[in-house]
Amino acid sequence: MAHVSVRDLDVAFGSLKVLHNLNIDVEEGEFLVLLGPSGCGKSTLLNSIAGLLDIVDGQIWIAGDNVTWKEPKDRHIGMVFQSYALYPRMTVEGNLSFGLKTARVAKDEIQRRINAAADLLQIQPLMKRRPFELSGGQRQRVAIGRALVRDVQVFLFDEPLSNLDAKLRTELRVELKKLHIKLGSTMIYVTHDQIEALTLADRIAVMHGGLIQQLATPKEIYRKPVNLFVAGFVGSPAMNFLEGRISKANGSVGMKLVDGTDVALAGYEFSGQPQDGQPAVLGVRPEQIELKGAPGPATLPVTVALIDPMGADSLLWGTVGKDTVSVRIGAEDTYQLGQSVKASFQPSMASLFDAESGNRL
Amino acid sequence: MIVVAVGVYVVGIAFTFYWSFTNSKIFPSFQLVGLAQYRRLWSSDRWLVAVNNIWFYGAMSIVSALVFGYLLAVFMDQRIRQEDLLRSIFLYPFAMSLIVTGLVWQWILDPNLGINETMHSLGWTSFHFSPLVDPDTAIYGLVVAAIWQGSGFTMAVLLSGLRGIDAEIWRAAKVDGIPTWRTYLFIALPMMRGAVATAFVFQAVGAVRVYDLIIAMTGGGPGISTNMPAVYVISMITSSQNAGQGMAAATMLLLPVIAIVGLFFFWQWWSERRETAR
Amino acid sequence: MTSGETTTATGVSASMATSETRVEPRGAKPKSLSPARIGIYAFLIVAALFFLIPLYVMVVTSLKEMEEIRLGHLFNLPATWTLQPWVDAWLHACTGRDCFGLSPGFLNSVKITVPSVLISIGLASINGYALSFWRYRGANLLFGLLVFGAFVPYQVVVYPLIIALRDIGLFSTLIGIIAIHTIFGMPILTLLFRNFYAGLPIELFKAARVDGAGFWRVFFYIMVPMSVPITIVAVILQVTGIWNDFLFGIIFAGRPNWPMTVQLNNIVNTTQGTRLYNVNMAATILTAAVPLAIYFISGRWFVRGIAAGAVKG
Repeated sequence: MAHVSVRDLDVAFGSLKVLHNLNIDVEEGEFLVLLGPSGCGKSTLLNSIAGLLDIVDGQIWIAGDNVTWKEPKDRHIGMVFQSYALYPRMTVEGNLSFGLKTARVAKDEIQRRINAAADLLQIQPLMKRRPFELSGGQRQRVAIGRALVRDVQVFLFDEPLSNLDAKLRTELRVELKKLHIKLGSTMIYVTHDQIEALTLADRIAVMHGGLIQQLATPKEIYRKPVNLFVAGFVGSPAMNFLEGRISKANGSVGMKLVDGTDVALAGYEFSGQPQDGQPAVLGVRPEQIELKGAPGPATLPVTVALIDPMGADSLLWGTVGKDTVSVRIGAEDTYQLGQSVKASFQPSMASLFDAESGNRL
Repeated sequence: MIVVAVGVYVVGIAFTFYWSFTNSKIFPSFQLVGLAQYRRLWSSDRWLVAVNNIWFYGAMSIVSALVFGYLLAVFMDQRIRQEDLLRSIFLYPFAMSLIVTGLVWQWILDPNLGINETMHSLGWTSFHFSPLVDPDTAIYGLVVAAIWQGSGFTMAVLLSGLRGIDAEIWRAAKVDGIPTWRTYLFIALPMMRGAVATAFVFQAVGAVRVYDLIIAMTGGGPGISTNMPAVYVISMITSSQNAGQGMAAATMLLLPVIAIVGLFFFWQWWSERRETAR
Repeated sequence: MTSGETTTATGVSASMATSETRVEPRGAKPKSLSPARIGIYAFLIVAALFFLIPLYVMVVTSLKEMEEIRLGHLFNLPATWTLQPWVDAWLHACTGRDCFGLSPGFLNSVKITVPSVLISIGLASINGYALSFWRYRGANLLFGLLVFGAFVPYQVVVYPLIIALRDIGLFSTLIGIIAIHTIFGMPILTLLFRNFYAGLPIELFKAARVDGAGFWRVFFYIMVPMSVPITIVAVILQVTGIWNDFLFGIIFAGRPNWPMTVQLNNIVNTTQGTRLYNVNMAATILTAAVPLAIYFISGRWFVRGIAAGAVKG
């Protein structure tokens, strides 16, 4: 049975419907990431699961209990906020114990739990300090510790790394992943940063406009995005998109780009039957385009416009007809501006989308 | 321009201080008499009563206004309908002159015409509530009027302090299972030191210089039971025509103000140093 | 848009193994009027009554006849409504020797308040501006002293001021009291303006300087147009404070210039004859009318003013 189960969830703010008939299940011990741009509804979903928001319709089940009408404290959850929200005027010890004291847990039990959490998170030496004396990483661990001492089943994270600079973000991301491995608890994590999602998640739910666009493993989402939105949102630098129409001729399927170039698509796995002349968008990731070696069957004529050196490798920007494409090249490779090169890619690795619906073909 | 203003203060205080050591009557004299004025001051019944009164009145009115003000602020923070209307009601006394406040409360507490009489006419003949008549209880009447006047302001300051607290703190407390009232008392209030201090200082300063209210409400009586240092100073200068005494009293009046304000700034400076030193 | 590969819940049955036939929680939690919520409203209503009762008493008593008042019953509505007390208060009440009511006092209050407000705000804004943008030696010290001055009880410096004004010949004159109010308004107002200007982006100031503007040009062309919010707040605070003042009025204004508050106190606290409570109440309301009106018209700004003044120091 799923550890966390959201069924037919409707959430509205006044007359504005934010989530509509949303269903999602989280397995026990899973690290699920809710990924999407601002306003997609991911924080709303998380807060609804937590019980911090009123819902219009639907049910929420956590660890076998129907918690739809329960207060946050009775939902077996712990939550880590963007600002960590540690009580500023209490010591670390005070922060960890305040909730337990309020619940009238026995003193020695409180001490036992605090020690267990402190050992696990390695915050034992910080007990007497105040939040303003702690570093970002330490604060994160104390915030997690606050949930840990309450013996919760599910951890909720509301963009905890968004307020930090890039370097700290990377460090804490690694810490979080290690923590998940150590604890093995169910974790639901909200972010707009797709790198965090790809590195941390067991599964990602990509959200847009209050709907889950795709729920799958990071690999699946990266390799086979289910629609244009997911394809463009995940991956950095972003996927290249080329517009055109499907052309079926002599039993082989290809694509005619807007400027007339023909691209062969042999090897692409179509999920249905594409129509001849159907407007479509071809998606190819920068690292999937090859400029050296013998060109394969699927080629694109690229005119070089700019090269961005990025340290370990470089990014070549070029044009195919009217569309701009980016290609990953080696740091030492050089090309002339305005040079025409034949770029080739494997259709089986690419993505093809219907131009109107945006869905994967 | 500032120099002028500051100059007035500095020079004024200096002169007050100087004349407290003289035997000035109506007009300032420059004949020094050492600490005679002070000695006379501290052996004067009127002054001693006034000092007693100001401590009692000050403590009671400040603490009550703060507590009541915080309660009001907490309740107003609960997403009440008609919040604007209620806030106007709580704050309007602040816009009224203390003379007006004193007069109105004098009537309400009048034994023959106020609450006392209304209760009697309703049948509760054993009800006695006329604090202003009795020298021992008159000061409570003043305190009530002070609370009426000042709680709204305290509420406004504390409410804006409450609203300045990060919303995530409230959510975290909710997830932690901490009941709302505890959150207000043990988490929010300690985070609001600045607002509390501000409200406290304003109330305190108002209490120390209270004059209009006394004049309007009790005139310092019955007898001298509600005399206050500020009233003493003015009456010394005007009706008693003993400026030297007045100056001595005024100097004594200044001391607690310096103490309070000084403490306030020192605490500000010290806590800023502590927080930025890490 | 469709969702992609959703893992289906493996055979979860919606009904729990409970035996009761109660409603399975779903959707919005039913909202009951909890005792806590009732308590909150009850407290606030009682508090509101506490604050409103004096106002009610004032209004009601001012509309009653004296015979009715002598019977007591403070909280009853008038049996016979009359506006005579208001007329008396305005035109006939006795303030010491003269019996011309409050109307001369009203005029005096206006004559005192308007110039004081204008001058003090004008000076304070210039001072605040100078303090926040132009660093000169001793600025911080002056500022500190100014803040201190805001808290000093007036009684401490009253006597030296009496002597000083008497020597200059301004004692008991209109100009004298205007000067007094201006001086005593300076600390708080300067603070207010300084904090406001300190909150403005300094780039504005620097850009103007680069353009060649000097002290006064920057002030009039840049700062003043931006100062509208804080000026409103300052005006409200000053008008309320000066109009409601009593101490300075009675000491420095002189008999012909007594403001309304002084006259009110005279009307009410004169011990000759019977106390005309209805007239007294009407007089009280009339005296409080101006600041109250300002308060109700500009309620939000007033609150902001208090908060702004309180955020300092």
